[in-house]
Amino acid sequence: MNWLATVDPLFTNNGHVGLAIVLIVLAKCVLGLGLLMNSVIVMIWFERKAISDMQSRIGPQRWGPFGLLQTLADGLKLILKEDLIPSEADRTVFKLAPFLVLVPAIITFGLVPIGGEMTIAGHKVLLQVANPPMGILLLLAMSGISVYGVMLAGWSSGSKYPLLSSVRASAQMISYEAALGMTIVTVVLVTGSLSVHDIVTSQSHGIWHWNLIRLGLVPFVVFVIAITAELNRPPFDVVEAESELVGGFHTEYSSFRFAIFFLAEYMNTITMSAIIVTLFLGGPAGWAPNVPHLKWLFPIAWFLIKTIGFAFCYIWFRASLPRFRYDQLMDLGWKRLIPLSLGWMLIVAGFLVAKGWGFMMAALVLLSYSVLTRAFSLGQSREVGADSVLPIVGGRPLPGKVLREMTDEEGD
Amino acid sequence: MGALDFFGGFKLTFQHLTRPTVTTSYPKAKRPKQPRQHGRHVLNRYEDGMEKCIGCELCAGVCPVNCIYVRGLDNPPDHPVSPGERYGYIYEINYLRCIHCDLCVEACPTQAITESKMFEFSFTNRSDAIYTKAELLVDDQGYPQRLPWEDWREGEAAMTGGWMRATSPNGDAAYEGVVQWTADLGAGVRAAEAGQSGVRDDEATGSKQLRNIFPKHFEPEDVPLQFRGLQGKLNEAREKMPKRKRKDKS
Repeated sequence: MNWLATVDPLFTNNGHVGLAIVLIVLAKCVLGLGLLMNSVIVMIWFERKAISDMQSRIGPQRWGPFGLLQTLADGLKLILKEDLIPSEADRTVFKLAPFLVLVPAIITFGLVPIGGEMTIAGHKVLLQVANPPMGILLLLAMSGISVYGVMLAGWSSGSKYPLLSSVRASAQMISYEAALGMTIVTVVLVTGSLSVHDIVTSQSHGIWHWNLIRLGLVPFVVFVIAITAELNRPPFDVVEAESELVGGFHTEYSSFRFAIFFLAEYMNTITMSAIIVTLFLGGPAGWAPNVPHLKWLFPIAWFLIKTIGFAFCYIWFRASLPRFRYDQLMDLGWKRLIPLSLGWMLIVAGFLVAKGWGFMMAALVLLSYSVLTRAFSLGQSREVGADSVLPIVGGRPLPGKVLREMTDEEGD
Repeated sequence: MGALDFFGGFKLTFQHLTRPTVTTSYPKAKRPKQPRQHGRHVLNRYEDGMEKCIGCELCAGVCPVNCIYVRGLDNPPDHPVSPGERYGYIYEINYLRCIHCDLCVEACPTQAITESKMFEFSFTNRSDAIYTKAELLVDDQGYPQRLPWEDWREGEAAMTGGWMRATSPNGDAAYEGVVQWTADLGAGVRAAEAGQSGVRDDEATGSKQLRNIFPKHFEPEDVPLQFRGLQGKLNEAREKMPKRKRKDKS
């Protein structure tokens, strides 16, 4: 039973695990999954409504009040459609890929603390499906696995566009994962724990303790940008760029498998909004009046409000920003975000040791920034110089003498 | 500005949240049609019931998609169909092909063919898409036939017919208040389109200008005069009031 205790503190209950505890944990799992599934439905509806309002349209309106059941109707339509597998596809991998995207999305949501604590039948229950001690690492691992899902989906389709998309996806997600990891490290440094619950409780003493402010705004901004890229949401949706790649990695998917990709995408959006709230905005922390039996309700409300705010921000990004070009995307990731997050991590680490170290680190980071900027500008000028012209692939190189005759205008 | 310009797009999209929608929830709410809406054709008749079509086939000749099929025949001397020498005894329009360009209306020398504003009609097989003379011809009052599979809006039948210039001089100050179409058979002459001033009797022309419907979506200088400032707010409130409560404007 010891390994179970690492997942949920309920199991440590003095070595005595009764039926009540098992039931509570099961109920938490079921409720968590139900919450996620339902919030996907609401999220898709919310996105479609909000974006249509921003475009002065009406949006879904036919199914249910305010078109709330539109997502269900779409899902039903997708399930009833024919499930096609291309003849060129690698069948096993093709079938496996959607689940490689879906399962990490569900697992990640299990890490998010939705509320504070609640007392059920004499047990103190964390409103969080699981609280493993290495929670944040699990988050990173899961987002790493979901890259595999996208990559394999594109590769196994046996088609050009999905393949291009999967190449883009793997490159993009891996390069932004670096910046993402670095900002998470700053959070972990300041908290001193990998457990998500500890990260939330360390921020619960008021707004000045939120990591958003405690760490300076930079890690938060980098995290939001990196996570948007990680989610393949606009403006970083080169993976699914409709104007270039048809549908991206899920071009060849149809029916329920396509629905799974869609489901996972929106699950990830919700989960990542929740993760941002957890890591930087104190999770369920917020003002709560002293009402005797409803005290557990207010943290949940705060959490929901913050998460919905971020979900709205994603929709807002989508409505406002044009898509990045692929090279711009890579430039932003490698040349801006990774150095920025790395430098900020060093500064934060320095300040945690001592003030002097912090200023020293800041000076060091500034110095290396100027070096880096110079290096980038040199690299930029080389790209368009004479050396950047590549030899013709497959063509026979011209003999040096002929080439000289062609190019030397004034050659005597 | 500079760096703050980046947030201009965010501001714009957020402002749009507060503005009224441009689209309507179509089958429930229908947007008013424009005075020059091109719809299903109509074959007109004179007041004495004679057909205007003389079977000259100019409409068929000018049709860019070859959707019109006309055959003329000499008028029977004892009971002529048209006042001229010949009449169109076959007149068919294939609505799977028709692009509603109105060139046939321009070409017609006798203003026999005009376009109504009705565009909401459907068919379940190809042969139903071909309207014959029996369906296109107006009734004895000069109004188009309301066929069971067509969705005519109230008062629209009176806005049909009437040959009009293909190019709208709308917005040209010289055409302010000048009627750009001939009389609708059975309904008389419609009011003129709005010129630059945008003042027009919407009831008489049968439609409402879009720029009057969506003034909130424009740049401040493009907003029509009657929707600017405090007076604009008042006018807007008046528009929303039920008709019978509104004071008579004229």
